[in-house]
Amino acid sequence: MTPPENEDLTPEIGSATDVTPLGRSRPKPRHEQTAEEERDLADWDAIAASEPFRALLRRKARFIIAGTIFFLVYYFALPVLVGWFPEVMKRPFGPVNLAYAFALSQFVMAWVIAGIYVRVAAGWDREANAIIETAAGKE
Amino acid sequence: MALFMFLLFIVATLGITWWSARRSSGASNYFAAGRSITGWQNGLAVAGDYMSAASFLGIAGMIAFKGYDGFMYSVGFLVAYLTVLLIVAEPLRNAGKYTMADVLAYRLSARPVRAMAALSTLTVSTFYMIAQMVGAGALVSLLIPNIPFEGAVIGVGVLMIIYVVFGGMLATTWVQIIKAVLLLSGSLFLSILVLRHYDYSLVTFFNSLREISFTGADGATVTQDFLEPGHKYTPPWGALDLISLGLALVFGTAGLPHILVRFYTVPDAKTARSSVVWAMVLIGAFYIMTTFFGFGAASILGPDQIIDPAGNSNPNMAAPMLAKVMGGEIFFAFISAIAFATILAVVAGLTISASTSFAHDFYTNVLYHGKEMRPGQEVRVARITAFLVGAISIIIAMVMGPGVNVAFLVGLAFAVAASANLPAIIFSLFWKRFNTTGAVSGLVTGLVSSMALIAISPSIMGKEALFPLENPGIISIPLGFLGAWLGTLASHEPTAEARFAELEVRANTGLGAEKAGTAH
Repeated sequence: MTPPENEDLTPEIGSATDVTPLGRSRPKPRHEQTAEEERDLADWDAIAASEPFRALLRRKARFIIAGTIFFLVYYFALPVLVGWFPEVMKRPFGPVNLAYAFALSQFVMAWVIAGIYVRVAAGWDREANAIIETAAGKE
Repeated sequence: MALFMFLLFIVATLGITWWSARRSSGASNYFAAGRSITGWQNGLAVAGDYMSAASFLGIAGMIAFKGYDGFMYSVGFLVAYLTVLLIVAEPLRNAGKYTMADVLAYRLSARPVRAMAALSTLTVSTFYMIAQMVGAGALVSLLIPNIPFEGAVIGVGVLMIIYVVFGGMLATTWVQIIKAVLLLSGSLFLSILVLRHYDYSLVTFFNSLREISFTGADGATVTQDFLEPGHKYTPPWGALDLISLGLALVFGTAGLPHILVRFYTVPDAKTARSSVVWAMVLIGAFYIMTTFFGFGAASILGPDQIIDPAGNSNPNMAAPMLAKVMGGEIFFAFISAIAFATILAVVAGLTISASTSFAHDFYTNVLYHGKEMRPGQEVRVARITAFLVGAISIIIAMVMGPGVNVAFLVGLAFAVAASANLPAIIFSLFWKRFNTTGAVSGLVTGLVSSMALIAISPSIMGKEALFPLENPGIISIPLGFLGAWLGTLASHEPTAEARFAELEVRANTGLGAEKAGTAH
């Protein structure tokens, strides 16, 4: 059954909310359960220890750490160069100077990293879905 | 004319509020727009929440007065989103519900962590909001001379309360979206007009920036190359201040509560990711355009010609005055209305994140141990909080008056977000050993150190400041991380370590994440 669009399953005034069921016996819809109540949703430790999950984490960590270090170094090179080597940055570069050209290149750098990230993360999504399906299959 | 455009925007946004209020109520609708916002919509809303009047009027003014150094803000504001995209957005969406503290409370002891997170959220939001309100009051009375400062502040405050109390997150989100579209189209149009002035030649435009002559404060004529760095950040501390500013921007954005709550309004982590990318495209385009209307104001008007109606030099008038010169009265009215819409949207976004945090973190989870005493209580408390936050900000803004230096309030908001919130979020997501003592000590250290450093900085103490930098980030961010690290080492919390596996799986796979209202 497909509920009508934008229907909010959070109950109206007078019934349970997603914070607590107020002692009512009716089970809450899962999207309203707190972390405490859906503790048994999956065998977290087993998934966390499984090889595909560890491999996913390793791949993510490698990309994210490398990406973060790269953009931090690239970004902070700008205030360092502008602050301590202003004479170098004042040199002409086409119609502008090095300082402005380097600042503008930061925008391109941010967009390129974001673009690469989206492509790589799409692969992680597939791996994560496979892990979820494997976990669901075992139960 | 400006008044008419203000009214048009007000009527449109009140219509949206009425439409949102009629949709079914409930916590996930009120706090997270039913998790029904799509990627591009949320991207616009994130951009709308982020590009405050400080960006539009403030950066335009700073570039018009100080040239290249003002543009450094533009760069940092965009690059900051890489931290949000790479590190924070997706895990937060996967593991949280309504607030940043949800992620912290996952494996830590809920009450102390939520209490501190709510305190830091309220601090960030209140400082940021007062800055915006004072700006709004000053702006409205500048643009429409017959409305006094107090009247403008009350008007903005009341509108913001209406959006948030009645419309909740859905209305707030759509106010952001409209505002973002208006702001981007207004900036684009202004940039095109500037380029037309130079016959659409970038070379002519940039050449005109190389020698700008104006009358300095002492009456002498000054000629400066505006494309060169060093007009604002001067030795001996300028370079360090620039780095400190960069740190606060790059680490603070990912800790701003009103940006973080936006990721709970989308259906899943994948949409959260695409909304950050949308936001980066829009925000980047906007900040590149500050080149044209910021530098354009310097070269077409000249910094000494940017004055308010009373004849005082006022950097905030750079963009509106440029609009007046380039496009006449109607365009001036349009740009003024956009600036007004910008402030209104940002204060609404701040109010809802502050009231959500108070109701969800402090009231329900700290005072009542996660139990609602009466149905619908959490939303009711949030509405009352929104009203109170609005009323208190109106009063503080009126007491402080139009003359207050608002820049330090915004700086403080970013510094607190970077020094207090971000260490707790990052350690909680990535460090198994992290525990409650660490979270609380990190939040306290970050909050206290950034506030103390601002209090003794040149922004408050002027030339005799004990601390030479305007931006405390370079000291307070490491202190925040250090506080969180030392606090963690000082105690052991086996339950927190045991639950790390669950958080890791949830954050990285989305298993068990909060679904959109239509699921199941």
